[in-house]
Amino acid sequence: MNALRRHRALTRIWASDPGWKGWFTTVNHTDLGRMFLATAAFFFVVGGILAMLIRAQLATPRSAFLGPEHYNQIFTMHGTIMMFLFAIPFFEGLAVYLLPKLLGTRDLAFPRLTAYGFWCYVFGGAMMIFALLAGIAPDSGWFMYPPLSSTLGAPGINPDFWLIGITFVEISAISAAVEITVTVLRYRAPGMRLSQMPIFAWYALVTAVMILTGFPPLILGSILLELERAFGMPFFQVAAGGDALLWQHLFWLFGHPEVYIIFLPAAGAISTILPVMARTRLMGYGWIVAAAVSLAVLSFGLWVHHMFTTGIPHMGLAFFSAASTLVAVPTAVQIFAWIGTLATGSPRLHLPMLWLLAFFATFVIGGLTGVMVAIVPFDWQVHDTYFIVAHLHYVLVGGFVFPMLAALYYWMPHFTGRRTYFKLGTTAFWLVFTGFHGTFLLLHWAGLLGMRRRIDSFEPGQGWELINLIASVSGFVMAIGFALVLVDVVVNAMVAIRGSRDPWGAGTLEWAMPTPSAAYNFASLPQVSSRDPLYDTPDLPAQLARGEGYLGDPARNRRETLAIDVASAEPRQIVVFPGNTLLPIWMAAITGLFFLGMLLKTYWLVPISAVGVITCALIWVWSLGRRRPEGRLPVGRGLSLATAAEAADPPGWWGSLFLLLADGTFFGALLFGYAFLWTVAPNWPPPAYAEPGPALLLLVALGAGLALAGPRAGHWVVAVGSLLLGAAGIAALFLVPDPSAHAYDATVWVLVGYGLLHHAVCLLMIAVVAARRRAGHSAATTRGAERVSHLWSRYTALTSLVIAAAVGLPGALT
Amino acid sequence: MHPAGPAAAVIATLWWVLLIGATLIFLFVAGLFAWAWRRPAGPADVRRYVIGLGLAFPLTVLAALLAYGLVVGERLLPRAAPEVVSVTAEARQWAWRFGYDDAPGRETQGILHIPAGRPVDVAITTVDVVHSFWVPRLAGKLDAVPGHVNTLRIEAFAPGRYAGVSAEFSGPGYRAHRFEVIAHDAQGWQAFLTGETP
Repeated sequence: MNALRRHRALTRIWASDPGWKGWFTTVNHTDLGRMFLATAAFFFVVGGILAMLIRAQLATPRSAFLGPEHYNQIFTMHGTIMMFLFAIPFFEGLAVYLLPKLLGTRDLAFPRLTAYGFWCYVFGGAMMIFALLAGIAPDSGWFMYPPLSSTLGAPGINPDFWLIGITFVEISAISAAVEITVTVLRYRAPGMRLSQMPIFAWYALVTAVMILTGFPPLILGSILLELERAFGMPFFQVAAGGDALLWQHLFWLFGHPEVYIIFLPAAGAISTILPVMARTRLMGYGWIVAAAVSLAVLSFGLWVHHMFTTGIPHMGLAFFSAASTLVAVPTAVQIFAWIGTLATGSPRLHLPMLWLLAFFATFVIGGLTGVMVAIVPFDWQVHDTYFIVAHLHYVLVGGFVFPMLAALYYWMPHFTGRRTYFKLGTTAFWLVFTGFHGTFLLLHWAGLLGMRRRIDSFEPGQGWELINLIASVSGFVMAIGFALVLVDVVVNAMVAIRGSRDPWGAGTLEWAMPTPSAAYNFASLPQVSSRDPLYDTPDLPAQLARGEGYLGDPARNRRETLAIDVASAEPRQIVVFPGNTLLPIWMAAITGLFFLGMLLKTYWLVPISAVGVITCALIWVWSLGRRRPEGRLPVGRGLSLATAAEAADPPGWWGSLFLLLADGTFFGALLFGYAFLWTVAPNWPPPAYAEPGPALLLLVALGAGLALAGPRAGHWVVAVGSLLLGAAGIAALFLVPDPSAHAYDATVWVLVGYGLLHHAVCLLMIAVVAARRRAGHSAATTRGAERVSHLWSRYTALTSLVIAAAVGLPGALT
Repeated sequence: MHPAGPAAAVIATLWWVLLIGATLIFLFVAGLFAWAWRRPAGPADVRRYVIGLGLAFPLTVLAALLAYGLVVGERLLPRAAPEVVSVTAEARQWAWRFGYDDAPGRETQGILHIPAGRPVDVAITTVDVVHSFWVPRLAGKLDAVPGHVNTLRIEAFAPGRYAGVSAEFSGPGYRAHRFEVIAHDAQGWQAFLTGETP
């Protein structure tokens, strides 16, 4: 079979449906990556237009352009859109597009999940845009502090759009994070050890794990606040045992890691692009990986630096101040390793490099002002002023947008297969760069002069007029620059001339394929033995096209790739991917109805759409089943492997493991909230604790014993255990019949609700496994599903015990 | 940036130290960058960049800075001292009500009276949403959190009028959520406490 016939055969297997229908049924990471990036770019434009409205309003004092009702919606939505609908999805899109190509595989671990996440993002984003157009958008600021964002400060529907819409969108962040983690760990090219991964994959892995541990506190906070708004469960109302500070803790427990979730992918792009631009190798690979990991760890220990002015004791602040300044260390390690990389090479001033220069100039300033605000007394002065506004834009635009533009121009030849041709990009660069600094540099000073953030206009005579006028004019210059970038990209994609395969002379695998890439990425999968395979084997692309790698034979006529062992990188399983399907978009739409039902308080819609989502999930899972084992199949290069369907640790097991990491963090955040209210909230203890009798305790002990008896005892025992624990949970609710009475009662309801939801999921899983065996599936091909089900059952039984203790102990001890 | 009280003055000094330090570091990094750019290609010592510049350099600077910040912070805390005057500030959407421990029952709306040259502890709280008490020329800010009372130490060097604002976004009336601090000389303060001036 020659290269062209192999290409045709593989294209037939992997291609999306032709025409517009393909957009809705595709599960291919190249398509979805592009769709993610385009959608995120759309939201960047929307957020940018809102920013222009803000600058138009603040250009002159006493502006009558916008009133506070509109202005408050506009700045809230500007922050919300840029953070949740642009930055995170843009990273997801880049990772979805690039990772399989960098790692030398054919798709992400769970292609349908990619599509599901994407559609959740689109539908959730559409809800937010609708709110904006209808003039009922959230208006409490992007960090939504209650009581202002609760029924007391905002009785309308506005905050509900935020709480429900953003939670809906976060499904896409969690699904992308699970996928990225499993893909990086298990789907690399054979032989590619962790220490040989492209540096971007390390950053993506760290970022994904951070999303899994950083987003759950936000999702929890949103659920609690929505429960307070919709059903009066008083988590944040001080009179009934709640505390407004709980929200601030949960929000910033997410919010600070979020900053690094945004910065780390950009750092990954810089570490990838900079050595290529300097015609050298990255300096201190191991150090950089260590720096990224320590940034991730440190970032979870400094959320309180957003709360220096909330009255926390000074020594407590000192600890968080130290942690906050400490993050400058791994950042400095990266910055100086990059400068060292430049020193070893001879840099070229192409457009991507130009954007990296902008990154350095901007981000170093943002980092230095960041150290300033980490010093507690200084923060007392500048907190909630334009100094902070300027600082965060230096960090986020300098540390994310500029590197992402470098990435855009670096990988554009890969997206389009064309050569960058016009000089428009350079003009756009100078407009954006000068416009940016013109907008934000002087705003630091305005903050020091006492200009508060979020004011809808200002009085003349305070020395702010000139600064604001310069900022507004520069802001529009920057906007014109961004518009030119957009024009440049579109023009290049459409009319530029065909470029060479590896225009920058890079060594990573994404350049070992023809561009724009084929749906299957690699005609055969490479055996990798170093960080820059293309430098070692310049002939690699031709070898792969000739089918000399793994899985070069398309005879089995299905989408196949390899899963490897995490540590040794030996190939272990053949993974068979699903084909094009409408299931993800349907499931996302029905999930959307679920959220819509909550939003519009049409509660009959909620259980109906829940059933719909479960049905979709069952169809989804059922289609993964294989009735008969196929045994070992040849994969090329003299190797034979079994499929993942026969493995004890199929990708789904790994996916469950990391989903449970996020789930466990959610649960941990819930326990944190409970302990926080107990110790800090003024109106504790509650009037009465739940006092479970001996019968209830016996039920819990018996249920947990059975549920934990595990695989040896059989499904039915586990199922009965789950049912008993569920019954105990429902009985416990009768002990605290009114969840709106006190924050304690509300917390009990949420804890028990968490347990009940998990028991329902476990029972469904057990039912699926049992149904498969009944339908005649062999023991070998249900083993993996069985282990997934046991994993969830064990987790649920253990958390149920913790819940029982958290609910029952206070009553038993007092 | 025209401090009129000891806390604001200490913070203003802190700012100038930070600005000068940050400028020097920025120039150093920029210079190093330019040097690295022009240097001909060739091997470089990883340890010098990563351990020397990446680890040792920031750790030294930050340790010094943290110690400085901690000392400043401790000095600004409301510690027990003779001469301290206690007042209360209660925020609501969008007004401030002030009370005076030295004149029980006395309340003022939107204007806080204090004696100049004496430390004043403001006990801050709120009846509705989160607000923040800030008199930029006198001291840093502290939030008003429902159900909690936070205490901020302020002091004015000289008698005069100082603008105060709420510095935590609180909805449509946020811009105009202001108050004023009037610092009296000793005589004027006694007169205020006995109810002679409004």
